[in-house]
Amino acid sequence: MNPLAKINQFFSKLPLHLAIIIMCLLWLIPTLGLFISSFRSRQAVRETGWWSVFSRQQVVGEAEYNTYCASCHGTDGKKIANANLADPTIVNQYTRSINLLVDLKKLVNNGPHLVDPQLPSNATQAQAILSPILTYMQSLAGEAKASTGGLTLGNYVDALVGYKGTADYLSDCKNKVPGTQAVFNCNSSDLLNQAGMGRALINTLIVAVPSTLIPIFFAALAAYAFAWLDFRGRQWLFALLVGLQIIPLQMVLVPIARLYVNVGLQSSFLGIWLFHTGFGLPYAIYLMRNFIGSLPREIFESVYLDGATHWTAFRKLALPLAMPAIASLGIFQFLWIWNDFLVAKIFLSTKPVLTVQITNLIDPLGGNWNILTGAAFLSFIIPMIVFFSFQRYFARGMLSGSVKG
Amino acid sequence: MVPKIMKQGRLAPLLYLGPALIIMLIFVIYPTFNTIVLSFMDRSGTQSAAVECTSGEPCWGVFENYRYALTDPLMLTALRNNALWLLLMVPGTVAVGLIFALLADRVRYESLAKSIVFMPMAISFIGAGVIWRFVYYIQTGGGPQIGLLNAILVKLGAQPVAFLSDSRINNFALMIVGVWLWAGFCMTILSAAVKGLPGEVLEAARVDGASEWHLFWRVMFPMILPTVVVVTTTMVINVLKIFDIVFVMTGGNFGTEVIANRMFQLIVTDTGKSMAIAVLLIVLTIPVMVFNVRRFRAEEAMR
Repeated sequence: MNPLAKINQFFSKLPLHLAIIIMCLLWLIPTLGLFISSFRSRQAVRETGWWSVFSRQQVVGEAEYNTYCASCHGTDGKKIANANLADPTIVNQYTRSINLLVDLKKLVNNGPHLVDPQLPSNATQAQAILSPILTYMQSLAGEAKASTGGLTLGNYVDALVGYKGTADYLSDCKNKVPGTQAVFNCNSSDLLNQAGMGRALINTLIVAVPSTLIPIFFAALAAYAFAWLDFRGRQWLFALLVGLQIIPLQMVLVPIARLYVNVGLQSSFLGIWLFHTGFGLPYAIYLMRNFIGSLPREIFESVYLDGATHWTAFRKLALPLAMPAIASLGIFQFLWIWNDFLVAKIFLSTKPVLTVQITNLIDPLGGNWNILTGAAFLSFIIPMIVFFSFQRYFARGMLSGSVKG
Repeated sequence: MVPKIMKQGRLAPLLYLGPALIIMLIFVIYPTFNTIVLSFMDRSGTQSAAVECTSGEPCWGVFENYRYALTDPLMLTALRNNALWLLLMVPGTVAVGLIFALLADRVRYESLAKSIVFMPMAISFIGAGVIWRFVYYIQTGGGPQIGLLNAILVKLGAQPVAFLSDSRINNFALMIVGVWLWAGFCMTILSAAVKGLPGEVLEAARVDGASEWHLFWRVMFPMILPTVVVVTTTMVINVLKIFDIVFVMTGGNFGTEVIANRMFQLIVTDTGKSMAIAVLLIVLTIPVMVFNVRRFRAEEAMR
């Protein structure tokens, strides 16, 4: 193809590319927003949108600095050599805006500060302006980009230990804030704190792995029977399974919960494993039977002729050959359980899993958004890894589940 | 179908099926019937639902919980909203999935683009709720808008909108989250169907001068229709059961109530009503269930 034709083709496809790219962006941006927010400080998350990390205007104090100081000191603070506002030794004299205000007043009236900055005469108002200016000067001086600019892992730490205080866990621990000392040990044992995502992550793993493996094993057995054994009512029973797949979860919650109270399985891992097994089986059997049943008949016939028992045929033939289906199903079931909220909320109330823990962390007044960002991403890590490593199997599982194939 | 060469004991099928059948009996079948029984009982599940009646008000006797499920204003809102989800969100999601499957089929970075749209499938509804809070948030007390959509609106000179609490639009806002979550599912399945179309047929139609628009509606769509139906029924079931999105984003407040959330909210305080709502839910899914079993039988007949 000559270059001209190539360019021509590119332009004729431009609307197509644009449509696809726009759609991809629409799908990515909400998640991206949360991802960026998860690295921003508590204050920053509450005060500015996550996109402000891309723009310079949003830096705290820049507007105020430009109004009151920049005309003399320059936008970089270095215009007056004797009063270099980007010099840490000068900036560090002012730990709080009140010091700055006092000095500024003194210096204006008694000499060196050349121009009166025309701050409001009310001290509180003046301080409200000076405080962000001070922050801005600190960032000019390369000091901790405290409030907005800097990115932090604090949200992840807070979420892991489940810290809902007014500042972040690490600094409160360092400053020995009384409320912190009561609940938290301020050492690595906090990672297993009952209210934290660290503990929830472990709980979720304990729930998800057996709840994935047990139903697959039983489903494989049943699927083998449906595919290669002959018994009365086979068709009828299988049609029933197709119907059972659709029974909503809501339909079975209360009777099972009552049953569990009677037999002492409430809030136990065994209880939730069994529940997920029971509820996952209809779909799992359906999918596996379609797969095992479509394996070539001849190989089964030949092993039977060689004298193999069904058990051997199941273990040595059906199971290994069904690996693709097992992989699809496993990923499907694993993600489903990992992301489940309702079942875990009801059957495992004292051992919160990730989804339940996130809702525990939600403050109705919306004061702790920053923790939620970290918490949400902590809960995404493992499903994302599973999803992107096994995406093909996942898609295939969905296909064979809902479309004959 | 089954090879006749292999002898099997009479017990063999039972051994293979037994564990699965017993577990399903305990965890799916028994509770389903028990739920139906409980739906005729009072709030603690011990006496007939008739005791819940208050004198001077309408009473359906033992069907009292169903009176609630079918006439209570909050339930009517929930039923209306589920209908709205069915009518708008299901076709919307299937359409978005299909359009994306068709578009992505024509570019070289198809798998990347599809992964992006598919990705929300790996995320929990709860996580999605957190993600979308940052999109819909409204700052009412002054200060810059930190929700993405309201920041854009303000930038364009419009007033910020309370996406989640304004009852005129909040249902649509929630449905968009639903589309975002599920379009990838529809896309993946429909994309496989599109790829399975015989190339010669499409080529022949193109040679005959059919426009792409005609090609789609006259040739492709009829051929992928069975798959569209499958995807749609799956989505109908998902939407009837819709719960987590609403629970985490609005809690069912501001006129966004849905059936499954009502059921969850009553599960502890009033078992009878909660179970009546669950039964209502399954009654609504029965048509889909019948449809699926029929389709399955038709497929089996062709096997």
